[in-house]
Amino acid sequence: MSAPTPKPTSPLGEMTGPGRFSLVGHALPWLVIAAFYFLVDDYLGLGTQVMIWVLFALSLDLALGYAGIVTLGHAAFYGLGAYAAGIFSIHVSQDPILGHFFAIGVTALFGLLSGALILHTTGVTFLMLTLVIVSIMFEIGNQARGLTGGDDGLQGIRLDPIFGVFDFDLWGHTAYIYTAVVLFIWFVIAWRLVHSPFGRSLDGIRQNARRMRAIGTPVWWRLLAIYTISAAMAGSAGALSAHATKFVGLSVLSLLTSGVVTVMLILGGTRRLYGAFIGAAIYYIVQEWTAQISPYFWEFVVGIMLIATVLFLDGGLMELGDRGARLLGGRRRAGGGE
Amino acid sequence: MSAPMALSVRGLSKNFGAISVAKSIDVDLEAGARVGLIGPNGAGKTTFVNLLTGFIRPDAGEISLGGERIEGLKAEERVRRGLARTHQINTLLTEENARDNVAIAIAEREKFAWRMMRCKPQWRQCLEEAQARLEAIGAGAIGDRRVSLLPYGQQRLLEIAIGLALKPRVLLLDEPAAGIPSSETHLIHEALDRLPADIAILIIEHDMDVIFRFAKEIIVLFQGAVLMRGAPADIAADPQVRAVYLGRTVV
Repeated sequence: MSAPTPKPTSPLGEMTGPGRFSLVGHALPWLVIAAFYFLVDDYLGLGTQVMIWVLFALSLDLALGYAGIVTLGHAAFYGLGAYAAGIFSIHVSQDPILGHFFAIGVTALFGLLSGALILHTTGVTFLMLTLVIVSIMFEIGNQARGLTGGDDGLQGIRLDPIFGVFDFDLWGHTAYIYTAVVLFIWFVIAWRLVHSPFGRSLDGIRQNARRMRAIGTPVWWRLLAIYTISAAMAGSAGALSAHATKFVGLSVLSLLTSGVVTVMLILGGTRRLYGAFIGAAIYYIVQEWTAQISPYFWEFVVGIMLIATVLFLDGGLMELGDRGARLLGGRRRAGGGE
Repeated sequence: MSAPMALSVRGLSKNFGAISVAKSIDVDLEAGARVGLIGPNGAGKTTFVNLLTGFIRPDAGEISLGGERIEGLKAEERVRRGLARTHQINTLLTEENARDNVAIAIAEREKFAWRMMRCKPQWRQCLEEAQARLEAIGAGAIGDRRVSLLPYGQQRLLEIAIGLALKPRVLLLDEPAAGIPSSETHLIHEALDRLPADIAILIIEHDMDVIFRFAKEIIVLFQGAVLMRGAPADIAADPQVRAVYLGRTVV
């Protein structure tokens, strides 16, 4: 193009929403995950749990953050993925990879069908329907004792070594690395997705669905697509949880699970992807530290943090990083600004 | 006439309960038409646009776009067949910059918008065309600016740029000059003058300066029905029209 062509964008491409990342910013969370493995050997189980919640929060960020699908029903996908992976390993095959793909397939299908059923509604109606779906799933999990173990939970999950080589050891080394790899793969998919034209159109739908229809966007189909992908991702997190702990408790399908993941995401910051990392990690750290003071104290602290975040940090805790970068003289985004 | 009309409407009707907001409206737009639609508040002008574009379902009537029947199609399907509109009240993506607003529309037109992986070259192509389109409408300087920070007149221009970016056969402009301070109306005048000659345009406007400058034919809508149609001079002189509408404004 001649004359004033579009200003070249940063090497990371055309971002939506706030927050541009330097290479350092990109490397940081993964370095922390790697360092944790070598330095904090005693807490690998905890680290695995945090990464599973990160993945779960990441899936919610796609639906809630980017596409603006206000749902409290994501525990349905997480729980279904966990049960699918667990039941598959007990009744079909103990291959973890196969079981993982099975769980992803089942939750994607469930996301597609339930999304097709309810995505024509919006706002409070949609929110209520997601609550209904997760409540129904919980009750099914509770009643189908033969399959799920009911409120005793699903026990007896046994797994073959991954690729026949890496055994799920008692100390959680394999589970940690396995979870980290799965998280990384999903993160790359999510990152590319939200920066694709598809992702831009979702961002547009969140801002103004009417505008998007007026430029020819099939809004319902787009939402159904991201809802399905998000469901698959949440199901993958559930499968990881079932594999890492070799147990599925009924609480994976509870409303509280939906609530916790939402708190994590909002705490860390929506529409940033890395917000899921910060949110889940902070949530767990606060829980660990303050629970030592008093078993009820941590909920109080998380509550205060959430209120402070919502009131003062529009973009969650990630916003702190942005503000810090700005103070250090980082370049302001063209046309940006909060 | 052999070639089909760009847009042809027959017997378009809509009732909201007992209130008839569109009474068997017939309208033809040939390629390159410049038609103004006027009428007092509540005459059903915006309803008519919503019926045409599929945001409201008609009770009866036919709509043909280039000879193809479209009244059964959804709004977004009509857009993809070449019927675009602008909105009376801005419906821009306020968190994006102006160029991205246009580029997202271009991506939709070019069917890139289902692509889930990054596909940089296509997006770059959309951005370049978006910038060119902003420049063509006299708004090249606003590309980098966040829409929520743009002055209202510039936002109205951006609405038109997005409509044009869809490469429509027919463009419906719903009050393009509404709410613009008089110091900025020249922006809209210039933008309207530069609209491509081959696109059929139906313009709804309260600002009679804009209508009489721009339209070659005017349709007067009153209580959901076509009261009169004709050349601007005839409309301005018609006593009935003056009584229902123009009489209350200074022409």
